[in-house]
Amino acid sequence: MDKGDTAWVLTSAALVLLMTPGVAFFYGGMVRTKSVLNMLMMSLGSMGVVGVLWVLFGYSEAFGKDVAGGWFADPFEFWGLKGLLGADSLSGTIPSTAFVAFQAMFAILTVALISGAVADRTRFGPWLVFAAVWVTLVYFPVAHWVFDFDGKDAAGNVTDPGGWIANQLKVIDFAGGTAVHINAGAAGLALALLLGKRHGWPKEPMKPHNLPLVVLGAGLLWFGWFGFNAGSALGANGTAAVTFINTLVATSAALLGWLIVERFRDGKPTTLGAASGAVAGLVAITPACSAVTPIGAIAIGAIAGAVCALAISLKYKFGYDDSLDVVGVHLVGGIIGTVLIGFFASAEAPAAVDGLFYGGGWDQLWRQVVGALAVLVFSFVATLIIGMVIKYTIGFRLDPEAEVTGIDDAEHAESAYQQGGINSRGSIKASALQGSKA
Amino acid sequence: MKLITAIVKPFTLDDVKDALEQLGVFGMTVSEVQGYGRQKGHTEVYRGAEYAVDFVPKLRVEVVVDDASVDKVVEVIVDSARTGKIGDGKVWVTPVETIVRVRTGERGTDAL
Repeated sequence: MDKGDTAWVLTSAALVLLMTPGVAFFYGGMVRTKSVLNMLMMSLGSMGVVGVLWVLFGYSEAFGKDVAGGWFADPFEFWGLKGLLGADSLSGTIPSTAFVAFQAMFAILTVALISGAVADRTRFGPWLVFAAVWVTLVYFPVAHWVFDFDGKDAAGNVTDPGGWIANQLKVIDFAGGTAVHINAGAAGLALALLLGKRHGWPKEPMKPHNLPLVVLGAGLLWFGWFGFNAGSALGANGTAAVTFINTLVATSAALLGWLIVERFRDGKPTTLGAASGAVAGLVAITPACSAVTPIGAIAIGAIAGAVCALAISLKYKFGYDDSLDVVGVHLVGGIIGTVLIGFFASAEAPAAVDGLFYGGGWDQLWRQVVGALAVLVFSFVATLIIGMVIKYTIGFRLDPEAEVTGIDDAEHAESAYQQGGINSRGSIKASALQGSKA
Repeated sequence: MKLITAIVKPFTLDDVKDALEQLGVFGMTVSEVQGYGRQKGHTEVYRGAEYAVDFVPKLRVEVVVDDASVDKVVEVIVDSARTGKIGDGKVWVTPVETIVRVRTGERGTDAL
C-alpha cells in the first residue's frame, strides 16, 4: 500500500462527488424558477439511490469476476463490500475500498448527467426507479467493459479477466468518455424521445432563470474534474500530473472555441456559452487526457467547444426536446474525445500509443470508433427499453397541468425563491402548531 | 388635484426625484413595470436559441399635486427624464376626486 497514492485517490473521490452537486447547479440555473428544485433533486436522488446500490452490489457487478460471458461481473462476489475491508485487500497500490469509493462517484455522476435531457416533466418517484434500474442494467455492465482491467499474475497470465472494451478491443478511455459521457448522452437522447417535448417547446420561451448558478455549477464541475481525470491515474504520479494539465488546457481551449462560434453565429459571446464550452471541453478530454500531449489537448478542446456549440441546434432541427443539451454536450463531446484519440494520441503521453497524426496509422482509430459506437448503441437501446417499461407501468411523465404550473410544486411541494411577493407570506396550518406554546 | 403618472427609464429616477424635491413635491410612489412603446423590445440568445424580449423594464412614478402646480411638475419630470433617445417614456395627467391622509383623516389638498 502506498500512502501518497491512497491520499490522492481518496481526495479525488471527494472531488468527484462534488461534481454531482455541480451538475445540479449547472442544470438548475438553466431551467425556469418553477422547476429548479426538481432539477436539483434529480441529482440528489442519484446520490441517494446509486450510492447505496454501489456498495450493496454495484461495485461487485462492475469489478468482480466475469459472469454471463463477460456481460457483467458477479454482483454477489463483493456483496456489501464483503472481503474488501481487510488491511491486506489492495487494488494496485491503494486499499480496495479507496478504489470502491472513487468509482462510486462516477456511477452517481453518470445518472445525474442524464437528468438534463428530461427537465421540467419527469415525475420524481419514477426517476428514482429509473436511476436504480438503469445503473444496474446499463452503467454497472458498461463500467465493467471499460474500467475493469484484466488481473494478471507475476508471469503476466490473466487470472481475473476484465471487460472487453478495455482488454480485448483495447480502447483508450482513461476516465470515462464512453462509460460516463457517451453512456449518459445516449440515455438522455432515448429518454427525451420517450418522454416527449415539454409543453410549449420550442415555441414558448424557456430562458435559463439563473446564469450565475450555471457558472457556479460549471466551476464546481471543472474543480471536481481534476479528481475525475487525474484521480483516474489511481496514484500520485506523473500520469496524474499530465492528465491534470491536459484537463486544464483542453477546457480552456473549449471555452474559447464555443465563444468564437457564438461571436460569429449570434453576434455576442455569452456567459452560458462560456460555461457550456468549459463542460464540453471537460467531457472531450476525459477519455483522452492520458493519451495526448498538451498541444493535442488544446486541439481536442477547441474542436469539442466549437462542434458542441453547433451540435446543440440539432434538437431544433430534429424536434426532440433534449432540454439542457445532454446530447449536444455529453454525447457529442464524448464521441469527439473518444474518437479524436485515434488522431491525436502521442506515444509521448502516458498511454504511449501513437494516433494517425503521429504516425500510428489507423489501428487505434478504429478501436476508438468501435468502442464509442458499442456503448452508444447499447445505452440507447437498453435505456429505451427500461424507459418504456416504466412509462407503461407506473408512468414516467408529469400530467400536463402540473407541468405548466411547475414541477417543484407538483412533486416536492416547495418553491425555490421567496422574494417578498404576496405568496411568501402564507399562513401556517393549524396542525403544524399543535403542542406549540407560542 | 391631479395624478401625474410618468413612465421613465430606470436610470433617470434620481434626477426626477431630485428635481421634484426642489419643486417642493414631498412624496411619490415608484413601481417597477415592464412595457414597450415605439422602442420595442430586444433579442437575447441562449445556446443559440433567440428569444425576443418584448417588454422593456421601466419605472412608473406617480405623484398627486394641486391643480396650480401641474404644469410645472410635468415640465420638470419631462426635462429630467429626457435623454433624447427612443424609449424615454411618457407622462400623463388624470384628475383626482379626493385624497385622504390615513394617519390624520385630513382630506383634499391638506392631505398632500
